[in-house]
Amino acid sequence: MRPEQGTLISRAQAMAALLELLTDQPVIICNGFPSREAHKIVDRPTHFYMIGSMGNAPAIALGVALAKPNKRVITFDGDGNVLMGMGTLATVGALKPKNFIHVVFDNEVYGTTGNQPTISNVVPLEKVAKAAGYVNVERVLDRDDLVYEFKDMLKKDGPSMLLIKVNEFVEDAGRVLHDPPDITRRFMKAIV
Amino acid sequence: MRRFSQACISTTPGGNFQMIESDVFVQAMQDMGVNFFTGVPDSILGGVIAELMNRRLYTPAVREDEAVGMAAGAYMAGKTPAVLMQNSGLGTSLNTLMSLNMIYKQPCILIVSWRGQEGKDAPEHLVMGEVMPQLLDTVKIPHRTLTEKTAVDDFRWVAQTFMQQQIPVALLITKGVVKGLHP
Repeated sequence: MRPEQGTLISRAQAMAALLELLTDQPVIICNGFPSREAHKIVDRPTHFYMIGSMGNAPAIALGVALAKPNKRVITFDGDGNVLMGMGTLATVGALKPKNFIHVVFDNEVYGTTGNQPTISNVVPLEKVAKAAGYVNVERVLDRDDLVYEFKDMLKKDGPSMLLIKVNEFVEDAGRVLHDPPDITRRFMKAIV
Repeated sequence: MRRFSQACISTTPGGNFQMIESDVFVQAMQDMGVNFFTGVPDSILGGVIAELMNRRLYTPAVREDEAVGMAAGAYMAGKTPAVLMQNSGLGTSLNTLMSLNMIYKQPCILIVSWRGQEGKDAPEHLVMGEVMPQLLDTVKIPHRTLTEKTAVDDFRWVAQTFMQQQIPVALLITKGVVKGLHP
């Protein structure tokens, strides 16, 4: 048993708590189960659900954040995704977009492909982000803390990373039903 | 501002062929409406990137797939993006181009330097240099190679193709066509 196991909530529970605090902010959600779960919890046109290009969610969010400096831009990411696109932590840390919030649901596995372990059990991703230049980073284990810290990050200048340790539970959520070009179009319209 | 015309095309010290000035290249991109530039450097693109940095238009990326992702985000936020890269970066960004841009219909102008063209380059560039046009055909990314004589048409083709098809299009830049950092 991993040391932090046992106290953790599921990714879907954590995500639901965050989505309750959001209204019309752009949210870029990484591929795999996170997009399916977010879509099931609440389907907003401001959600960009990814199905491929693993590792690129924060890069897309960064592009949106740079082009829309007056909007708070959030990305929902996973530990496997962050590890795959780790260079983007450096790009974000160097460019320092104030309106950028990077949420990482860290379950220490590649959940979508059958729970093969990642290496985030030994690599603290929020410390990597801090070293790369993120202004605020927090690692949280429960619902109260994640709500408190996320509210705080919504007010503060970023870039910020909220790393939430979650368990491996996967919500019974089907594939996102919108066609990808429709996801692009409605997201563009919603964030004008 | 200088645009494509005889006045902006310089003759190389060798005197045999002409080159497009970097500022004219950048101006042509801006005239096309491109207003978000990112990428990873290559020596062939050095002059263009220097000019973009002078104009404070360039956001550097650390990998080409990241650059393509940033460009996609900027596109959805209302910008017209271009990504500059060496052709080795096509390999790095292929999955993003195919599972993001092509699937989600997100256009992007790829300015790709053609290293290893005709087998004249360092060994690491030779395989990609030889197969790049076929590779782009295979993954259905429209492409055209810029020449100084056809530059106006080349840019017009890029603008039209990119708008109509809503996918990435590649403008290939061979050595000596656009002026680099060291003339």
